[in-house]
Amino acid sequence: MTTRFKEALNSGQFVITSEIGPPKGTNIEKMFHHIDLLKDKVVAMNVTDHQSSVMRFPSIGGCLAIKERGGEPILQMTCRDRNRLALQAELLFAYTRGVGNVLCLTGDAVPVGDHKEAKGVFDLDSSQLLRTIRQLESGKDLGGNDLDGAVEFCAGAIVTPEADPIKPQLLKFEKKIESGAEFFQTQAIYDLENFAKFMTYARKFPVKILAGIVLLTSARMAKYMTENVPGIFVPQNLIDELAAAPKGEALNKGIEIAGRMIAALKKDSVCDGVHVMAIGREELVPDILAAAGL
Amino acid sequence: MKSITKQKTFDEIKEQLDGLDKVFIVGCGTCATMTKTGGRDEVLGMKDSLQEAGKIVSGWMVIPTACDEMTEVALKENSGAINSSNCILVMSCALGVHKIGSYVDKVVIPALDTLFIGLENEPGNFHEVCAQCGQCVLGQTAGICPLTACHKGLLNGPCGGTNKGKCEVDIMKDCAWTLIHQRLEAQDRLDLMRKYQPPKNYQATPRPRTIKIV
Repeated sequence: MTTRFKEALNSGQFVITSEIGPPKGTNIEKMFHHIDLLKDKVVAMNVTDHQSSVMRFPSIGGCLAIKERGGEPILQMTCRDRNRLALQAELLFAYTRGVGNVLCLTGDAVPVGDHKEAKGVFDLDSSQLLRTIRQLESGKDLGGNDLDGAVEFCAGAIVTPEADPIKPQLLKFEKKIESGAEFFQTQAIYDLENFAKFMTYARKFPVKILAGIVLLTSARMAKYMTENVPGIFVPQNLIDELAAAPKGEALNKGIEIAGRMIAALKKDSVCDGVHVMAIGREELVPDILAAAGL
Repeated sequence: MKSITKQKTFDEIKEQLDGLDKVFIVGCGTCATMTKTGGRDEVLGMKDSLQEAGKIVSGWMVIPTACDEMTEVALKENSGAINSSNCILVMSCALGVHKIGSYVDKVVIPALDTLFIGLENEPGNFHEVCAQCGQCVLGQTAGICPLTACHKGLLNGPCGGTNKGKCEVDIMKDCAWTLIHQRLEAQDRLDLMRKYQPPKNYQATPRPRTIKIV
């Protein structure tokens, strides 16, 4: 199945994706609201998979909701919570329900989340999960057994252009491509010059790259991210810009910065699109896109 | 080989000894002595603590190597005191607990938690270096085991949680894959890291693991 997302990636258009965070609980109205708000404004929506190892409504459940409401889902699958049997089973299920895009991730470590005593599975890693998808597409499972009906997915992965050190990260990036990744959504980037350098390198490979745009909501949050979140670097001039915003205006400044970055990436065709993550503020994504002139 | 142990909290030890009032204590002269969890000093400390808690300590001994065959002889030498006890409180790793349990028809209670098999890099600093997976990959990973030294046990390179050479789980811990990359690069063998590693066979020796050497 060639998905709408894959068609958009191959059309040469600047592809916008965004992210839906499922609820912790059964009140799914807010998630439905976010889906309805974004489904016509972005090409596809990722649904996070127990993001930051915090137990939530499942990614596949969010993807089905997106399908039912006329949107295009990207199923995020981490290797933290399921062994190879469970991962393959979910891929079979996703395919039969028309969920045709998968983002393969290793998954955050268990101790960073809210079930700190749980067993981290990591039976597979992200490269191995990508290969698992390609194996299932060939009509066989990981055990080499014949499938009664195969799958077909548009499969992608993530890359961290600001990783420090960068060389091991790029080696893994290339391994993911060899394992079958067709697209990459990057960790948040803020230093466009450094990202352009990464893209000069990444353009050598036959994959589509969507730059990760995470909304900065305050100077404090920006500073926290750059100091504490692996692979995120917020340049000082952006922190200063947020700090200089009048009282109560930092969020609007953050929206303006995100919009400005998206516009710059699009204008210079730096990459193939952007993946906008508003982390709990999904209702602001249309404002970010408007600020980008989209 | 060093079996690294940590003493259980005294509350947990007391809970295990509920209803077992007469206790014989066994320490170990090898790993548990080195980790200061089951040597002579710790055994005597435990004796005092148990007596303060109202237990009767019928005797104690530190077996040279609790997981060794000689343990049987050492236990026999103390059979009088042991037989008069309700249980043996073992201050060795789980190997010693098993060995002692196999020789004596008494309740055997562990006073320690067995953490890992490790090396002492600096005095008092013990590191886990091998997960005993049954399929050694050290030849491809410049002598650093990713299954052990990477929190997630990843086989194909670092995750996105690596930061400035440290692990997202604990910034005091090195990122195994950053170290592996550094070493392989210095050895001009980075091709080993570029090579895809298929999913691991976690049933290389199905549990419970046994082997007969002939």
